[in-house]
Amino acid sequence: MGKKFGVLLGTLIVGLVLTSGVASAKTLRLITWGGYAPDAVIKLFKEETGIDVEVTVSNNEDIISKLRATGGAGFDLAQPSQDRITGPQFEFGIYKAIDYSQIDSSLFIAPLFDAAKKNTMLDGKSYGVAHIWGTYGMIADKSMAADIQDFTDLCNPKYAGKVSMRLKRPVLIGMAYAMGMDPFAAYGDKAKYQEIIEKSGAKLAECKSNVKAYWSGSDDLLNLIRSGEVVASGAWDSTGFKLNSENPNMNFVVPKSGALGWIDTFALPAKTKAEAEAYKWINFVMQPKIAAMITDASGSFGASKGSKELVSESLSKAFSAAFTEKDIANINWFPTIPPGLEDMEGKILDRIAAQ
Amino acid sequence: MSQKDARRLTFLLLLSPFLLWILLLVVIPHIDMFMLSVREKIEPRVYETGLGNYIEVFSEPVYVHTLFRTAVMSVAATALTLLLAFPVSYYIAKLARGRLKSALFLMCLLPFWVSELVRVFGWMILLRETGVISSFLQWAGLVSGPVEFLYNDAAVMVGLVYTSMLFMVVPLVSTLDSLDESLVEAGYDLGGGGFAVLREIVIPHAMPGIVAGCIIVFMLSLGNYLTPILLGGKSSLWFTGHIYSQFITRFNWEFGAAFGFILLATSSLLVWLALRLSGQTLASTIAKS
Repeated sequence: MGKKFGVLLGTLIVGLVLTSGVASAKTLRLITWGGYAPDAVIKLFKEETGIDVEVTVSNNEDIISKLRATGGAGFDLAQPSQDRITGPQFEFGIYKAIDYSQIDSSLFIAPLFDAAKKNTMLDGKSYGVAHIWGTYGMIADKSMAADIQDFTDLCNPKYAGKVSMRLKRPVLIGMAYAMGMDPFAAYGDKAKYQEIIEKSGAKLAECKSNVKAYWSGSDDLLNLIRSGEVVASGAWDSTGFKLNSENPNMNFVVPKSGALGWIDTFALPAKTKAEAEAYKWINFVMQPKIAAMITDASGSFGASKGSKELVSESLSKAFSAAFTEKDIANINWFPTIPPGLEDMEGKILDRIAAQ
Repeated sequence: MSQKDARRLTFLLLLSPFLLWILLLVVIPHIDMFMLSVREKIEPRVYETGLGNYIEVFSEPVYVHTLFRTAVMSVAATALTLLLAFPVSYYIAKLARGRLKSALFLMCLLPFWVSELVRVFGWMILLRETGVISSFLQWAGLVSGPVEFLYNDAAVMVGLVYTSMLFMVVPLVSTLDSLDESLVEAGYDLGGGGFAVLREIVIPHAMPGIVAGCIIVFMLSLGNYLTPILLGGKSSLWFTGHIYSQFITRFNWEFGAAFGFILLATSSLLVWLALRLSGQTLASTIAKS
């Protein structure tokens, strides 16, 4: 009995070790945004490479918090925005530099690829590879709020109780641009930046009586707009394109002062356990056909060369209805945030919320 | 091994899971949090030890206001829950019999079979401008336009009371169950009215249950995050919301840890005060209920 039990236990242990060994070598733990790793793409990747992909849906702040808590362990590949990489990297050391020889740069739109490389550089090493870009602007229902052209229009008393916003840093910056200031140019000058966000914060506080509710997730916002409770709101472009496919009256509105542009990247957590698999995934999803599938799922366009022509018709129609060539040239791209600015913005946002 | 040693070993073995739990999940994280909260962030990667984080919390009126608001609303939610739960518990414990009793108890329990998030979303469906209640009122011709019930403090209150009802009913039912009915009868025989009997007999007997229920409900409301954030309006700040945003949105763990300790101190202080005022001790509340 004792012997039999021992043999059984031994087999079990060997079996466990073997399976877990195989599993960890062939699994990519990806922390990313909703829609960036659709099931269909994961299936194709598994068929081609035999690698399983485990997806955790997240956002910028959550990615940084999770990686900070473990010192960069727990995930093999992350997708923070390019402006949120060097700050946390400097403070917490949660990423590992990218080995660009592992990446097929011919798959990328060169200016986006280079911009992400430049903006994620710290001490001579780069930490991010461009993946998807998008903008923050507004959504309006044309049938009820046709004259919404810039963030300041959300404060028009005509729309009292019918607008929404997301009370996070983009709203402070967007409002500052709409008021004719240039917050990104003041990123290096804390005193000037404080002055700018205080003015923009005061405007937002004054505007608060117009706001029905601040939204926190895109599902919140979709509910508010679909039900007609809100006719205009600050929003991500992908949400606007999604609504446009349901109701042609609704679409993303590019603010006159320029939409705020972000690029989400691929970054390697400091303690990644599947680096080779991560590079395989990057090169796989940047193929035009796969990238178009991701664009269809997320509503945001990518840095993959030649994928734009392959996306679904409803999405490309919504995109070209919202953005002209000039609008694209006019985008204010989020520069890298110097450490400390977020604490300053946070206090002002808290004050608006408490009012 | 003597019998005494064996007994001691058994005792230690039985105690060890509890000790491990307290030590690993409560004591050590709190020490760590405290260390974090006295670490001042001068600039990135430069830290100093001091009480700067606490001073900053108290020097910013927004945070003090939120703490005060959260405490007052939690106390109000507790009082309201007690008011609603007491008759319910009395009915379940003293008046209902047999299957009705278990059925009623089960009905109190039923909402807790789904997660808090689902319960809160349920309230959102009912209360929103295009929601069930507003549509019904319009259909019935009682109001002319849509009415917004969501995004205000009343909605938060409804959510909090609903969420914590069960935690008040359970201790109340168990203390009221042990109330000897002949005492109530004697009260009436001696010429007491309904109110006098309630005040002199029922409430003093149920006191440990009332205090236990109030402590649980108060703690749950004060530490609640989902309900106030989802049902509350654009100005309905809740203290836990600040803790979340400091830790998760701003990566300012040092500041967030200070917030956490202030909340812990506030709730401990208020519970201690409540025990003092009601003349109960923590030990008697737990033992009797």
